[in-house]
Amino acid sequence: YTVWNFLPKNLFEQFRRIANFYFLIIFLVQVIVDTPTSPVTSGLPLFFVITVTAIKQGYEDWLRHKADNEVNKYRVTVLEDGRRIQKESEKIKVGDVLEVEEDETFPCDLILLQSSRDDGTCFVTTASLDGESNHKTHYTVPDTERDVESLNATIECEQPQPDLYKSLGPENLLLKGATLKNTQSICGVAVYTGMETKMALNYQGKSQKRSVVEKSINAFLLVYLCILVSKALVCTTLKYVWQSKPGQDEPWYNEKTLKEKETNLYLNMFTDFLSFMVLFNFIIPVSMYVTVEMQKFLGSFFISWDKDFFDSEIEEGALVNTSDLNEELGQVEYVFTDKTGTLTQNNMEFIECCIDGHQYKYRDASSEVDGFCVTDGPMNTVQQKAGRVSVVVSRHLCMLLTREREELFLRALCLCHTVQVDGLMVDGQVVPPLQEQRGFIASSPDEIALVQGAMRYGFTFLGLESKTMKILNRTNDVEMYELLHVLNFDPVRRRMSVIVRSISGETLLFCKGADSSIFPRVKQEEVEKIRMHVERNATDHAFPNHYDMKFVIMILFYLLFYSLQEEAAETMEALQGAGIKVWVLTGDKMETAKSTCYACRLFKRNTELLELTVRTLESPGKRREDRLHDLLLEYHKKTDLFLQICQNCTSVLCCRMAPLQKAQVRTNSKGSPITLSIGDGANDVSMILEAHVGIGIKGKEGRQAVRNSDYAIPKLKHLKKLLLGHGHLYYVRIAHLVQYFFYKNLCFILPQFLYQFFCGCSQQPLYDAAYLTMYNICFTSMPILAYSLFEQHISIEMLLENATLYRQIGKNAMLRWGPFLYWTLLGVFHGLVFFFGVWFLFSNPALQDNGQAFGNWSYGTIVFTILVFTVTLKLALDTRHWTWINHFVIWGSLAFYVFFSFFWGGVIWPFLRQQRLYFVFANMLSSVSAWLVIIVLILLSLLPEILYVVLRKPRGPYARQVVL
Amino acid sequence: MMASSYSAKDEDGHITVSGPGGGTLRNKKPENTAFKQQRLPAWQPILTAGTVLPAFFIIGLIFIPIGIGLYVTSNNIKEFEIDYTGDDTSSPCYNCAKNFSWNNTKSCTCTIPFQLDQPYESNVFMYYGLSNFYQNHRRYVKSRDDSQLNGNIDSLKVGASSPMASRKKKKPSKECEPYASIDNKPIAPCGAIANSMFNDTLKLFYNDPNGTSVPIPLTSTGIAWWTDKHVKFRNPVGTNSNLTAVFQGTVKPVNWHRPVYELDTDPENNGFINEDFIVWMRTAALPTFRKLYRIIQKKNNMAPTLPRGNYTLVVDYNYPVRSFEGRKRMILSTISWMGGKNPFLGIAYITVGSVCFFLGVVLLVIHHKYGNRNNSANISN
Repeated sequence: YTVWNFLPKNLFEQFRRIANFYFLIIFLVQVIVDTPTSPVTSGLPLFFVITVTAIKQGYEDWLRHKADNEVNKYRVTVLEDGRRIQKESEKIKVGDVLEVEEDETFPCDLILLQSSRDDGTCFVTTASLDGESNHKTHYTVPDTERDVESLNATIECEQPQPDLYKSLGPENLLLKGATLKNTQSICGVAVYTGMETKMALNYQGKSQKRSVVEKSINAFLLVYLCILVSKALVCTTLKYVWQSKPGQDEPWYNEKTLKEKETNLYLNMFTDFLSFMVLFNFIIPVSMYVTVEMQKFLGSFFISWDKDFFDSEIEEGALVNTSDLNEELGQVEYVFTDKTGTLTQNNMEFIECCIDGHQYKYRDASSEVDGFCVTDGPMNTVQQKAGRVSVVVSRHLCMLLTREREELFLRALCLCHTVQVDGLMVDGQVVPPLQEQRGFIASSPDEIALVQGAMRYGFTFLGLESKTMKILNRTNDVEMYELLHVLNFDPVRRRMSVIVRSISGETLLFCKGADSSIFPRVKQEEVEKIRMHVERNATDHAFPNHYDMKFVIMILFYLLFYSLQEEAAETMEALQGAGIKVWVLTGDKMETAKSTCYACRLFKRNTELLELTVRTLESPGKRREDRLHDLLLEYHKKTDLFLQICQNCTSVLCCRMAPLQKAQVRTNSKGSPITLSIGDGANDVSMILEAHVGIGIKGKEGRQAVRNSDYAIPKLKHLKKLLLGHGHLYYVRIAHLVQYFFYKNLCFILPQFLYQFFCGCSQQPLYDAAYLTMYNICFTSMPILAYSLFEQHISIEMLLENATLYRQIGKNAMLRWGPFLYWTLLGVFHGLVFFFGVWFLFSNPALQDNGQAFGNWSYGTIVFTILVFTVTLKLALDTRHWTWINHFVIWGSLAFYVFFSFFWGGVIWPFLRQQRLYFVFANMLSSVSAWLVIIVLILLSLLPEILYVVLRKPRGPYARQVVL
Repeated sequence: MMASSYSAKDEDGHITVSGPGGGTLRNKKPENTAFKQQRLPAWQPILTAGTVLPAFFIIGLIFIPIGIGLYVTSNNIKEFEIDYTGDDTSSPCYNCAKNFSWNNTKSCTCTIPFQLDQPYESNVFMYYGLSNFYQNHRRYVKSRDDSQLNGNIDSLKVGASSPMASRKKKKPSKECEPYASIDNKPIAPCGAIANSMFNDTLKLFYNDPNGTSVPIPLTSTGIAWWTDKHVKFRNPVGTNSNLTAVFQGTVKPVNWHRPVYELDTDPENNGFINEDFIVWMRTAALPTFRKLYRIIQKKNNMAPTLPRGNYTLVVDYNYPVRSFEGRKRMILSTISWMGGKNPFLGIAYITVGSVCFFLGVVLLVIHHKYGNRNNSANISN
């Protein structure tokens, strides 16, 4: 937007919403056709709604503009003709040479030309791109290092393309959005700018998620639209039937104007139909959308304000990215969870290793407790991860002594990784090997755990310096290894390798990886033995000594433990108690995943496990996954057997899943049930985006998941309160809000409809225009808004304690046709009571003690007074949680109604053509009969409601609360 | 709304406008206030049979006496109603009704004898009632000009000087059409309501047993709302205090026999503030309605206002209703503190009271029978 086209553009956007468009049509009909109510009655609310929305969007837009400016006007240093020039970042052109300092973000995609580091490298973190927080090394383009000032070169590059990972390959390309680290400054030439940068290309708009409640609202709206149209049709028909009787259409006292006489009959019918539509259009309220939006928007603040979601470690609370889905949290039926980092913490600890039969457990004073808990406590939420480091060395090494082999293993641990040492790297200086935590940065936590494990045994990794790795060994000597090549870990190979050359000239290849990828490299007969061991380890928590050294291949074995997230088990138990089915989707192998599930009490001891794996698929690694996945889809295609089985299970564990498969499992089961996905890493993003509700955990795998989620929470344990507490409450609140809105407008309009039978179907409104307009804006909107923000029909503690309460609102229980019918009938009943109660009273309109009579506006005012009071008191009856705000708003709006009526009737308004309500309200109050009828009718209307509440009580959900 | 060009920059990480309560709360511990933690002190009323039962009984006990009181009051109100439409041959007004024509300048008079069986002790209120008369028809209801009735002199003028001005000041308001003006002269008062003002004249005579016929004094003031008479309706104040002069240049409504400034001889009840007129201008809610016509004030002695005996109603029959199958009635009624005779309120109160009471009993039984069992079951849970 710009300042001048904001208004038309914004209006256009707003009227694209079907509801707004409908109201615009109504408004236009009122302007064009001679309708019973003036255009103001529907124009004013519409104008109000549009203005509020426009202001809100304008404000958001202004914020966005400001943020854009911050980026676009960001000063960057450009080298031009050998001089440094400050430029605004939006003016960067392709080909400019930029200088970027440490900790700055690259303003566009750059080719690295020169680095302040001697070796022509620079370190970059791409945390904001892909969530990986480790430092990546980028290299300068060879031969350009020295003479940037006089460089004259042409760059040929491909068309901009969005693939982030392909592009990360070229090691001289620095991506926009990444941050420069550990390097003082670099120079680079801009290759892609603006919308052509990888980051911009990669961005895709999040698809709008719609909640079930919204679908219900739309269904109800349709019903009410039908009611509206049929009412208008009935009235139009009756009007012409009535008029056909002699003397009714145009009695002598009420002649038509010339214009009316001349109009075509059918045109007249049509305009009459439109007029009735306008008269009854209040049945579909403008304000409902506003109130629902406000409720969602304001309600989401309570989630981010909740201090229980605050995690002191990361100093953050919950984050709400979408406010549209608050109520969906109360409807979740399936939870898909990632294992690593979600169920389990992302901290790993090096527990023990076995080298040639020697078991190394780290046991010293400070960590004894730690280690003990970790291994023994069956209650302790621990999860192990088995892995192997196989060290492949040249032939003569196999004759080494055990001791040397052990050291070799530790060296291998120290060398075979991509860990970087943070900060305090001092050239050449020997830092005393202390137990102190050194800052290691790595892409995966197991690498850190390994390096730290090695450090405990005396081998400290000092860092990487211009392709030389330094290790501090047990005798405090620094060993230098020249790094020849690194094959990074990737999900396809599932292992990483380094080739180093030691000082003595030996070339060593260290290979590290998951067992499935290491085994093929080992001889077949070994494999069987090892696997046997490993499987026993994984399942039985036993630690057999295992060694194998007959051959050049030395397989060493280490154990790492994942500790579970705090209160993960409790959370899972609560979710299951709430009737939510939990699916664990993990890339781990079955044994590990299974033991996690046991630890989380997802699987209990007595749970019957149904294993759907194909044992015949022996070949490990990638192919097996594919087969499993094919199998899965096959099942799905055939008879939905797989899903049927899964949907009948309380919890499902899917192992060996690739990120994409995670999403596919989700898609397959995306049907009617509401699903929730929770995960913390970039690999969970697709899953999070697929689910009805996506929840990100602010874990250590970067912020990618958080950014793509609908809600973000710091820890898994917060899920419980989010679903059982907030979700439940929000669902109840919004369901009540929606039903109440329809109800109150039904009993608002029904008397008006009935009145048509008594005024010759002439579209005479029962209520004054001011009342018609204000009813939904002022008189009845605030109490329901307060209700829908503060209501706690059951206290949060109670909800958290009794997870089963969650089942009661499952499957959209409060917005199904049953409750809708109940509310509709209630509305009809109230409407009938209001109208006919007053109708009977008006069989003799002499209602004042001085014999004076009341007219039609008094009739309307009495009905309206009863209406406002009943509707508000009905809400008061439903309110279980009276805060001072509820009190204020409920009694306040009643008082406001009375005050307004006095005020409105107390003055001759010069801008009004007719002083219809002049002193009508005051006169009404001076009549005892009016008072009496108001009281008795309110009570009569509320009687069934009170009865319903009382009779339902003993069996209802409140019974337990009553006793407590 | 989110244009993709803007959103792309959101990814940078320093922008925190993404969602409600989004980034602004980062690195900030949520405040531990009762409001934000949804822990505001709250009153949590729980409606149980125990709390509702007494309420039901109390309501029942209050409503039934009130209802009985209302019913008795309503029954004590004396009301006499006579239909003088004259659409059947035996009716004294048959001829008047049959021979009605708008062109008659001389009004037709008919005499209806009737008898009161009971004496009417207090003030008696005389109403006229119309049936099947749609005063609440939309075209009718809006056909008035309140600004004219409020004494706005502009609404009585027609700017004859220039057509532009006259168009602009096209008063009376066009809502009054087709009763706004005749021959470019504004009608005062304009509109269908005013035009169709009830103009039968009703007179009451008491037939003394000794044969003489005594006219009963009828008060024509105090029949309209005070605020209507004194604020909402006002005569235009011109340079001249004479009403006739003020209404100079206006035309009387088509169906009226006399212009507005000749409605009454009393200047306080003439013109727009004529109370008959004001009463008529308050449109009725339903097609069958009654409007206050006259008040028969109680004399200060002990004699009843209207003693038992024979009376004669003399009607100047000016108001045709047969064309739309309407009916005309004359009603004599006394008034209580709750207004005219209407048994509805009494019945409603008795019904609601009884229902409450009955429900109270039923609930008591249920509570007694099942309540204990439920409680014990809950406790065992």
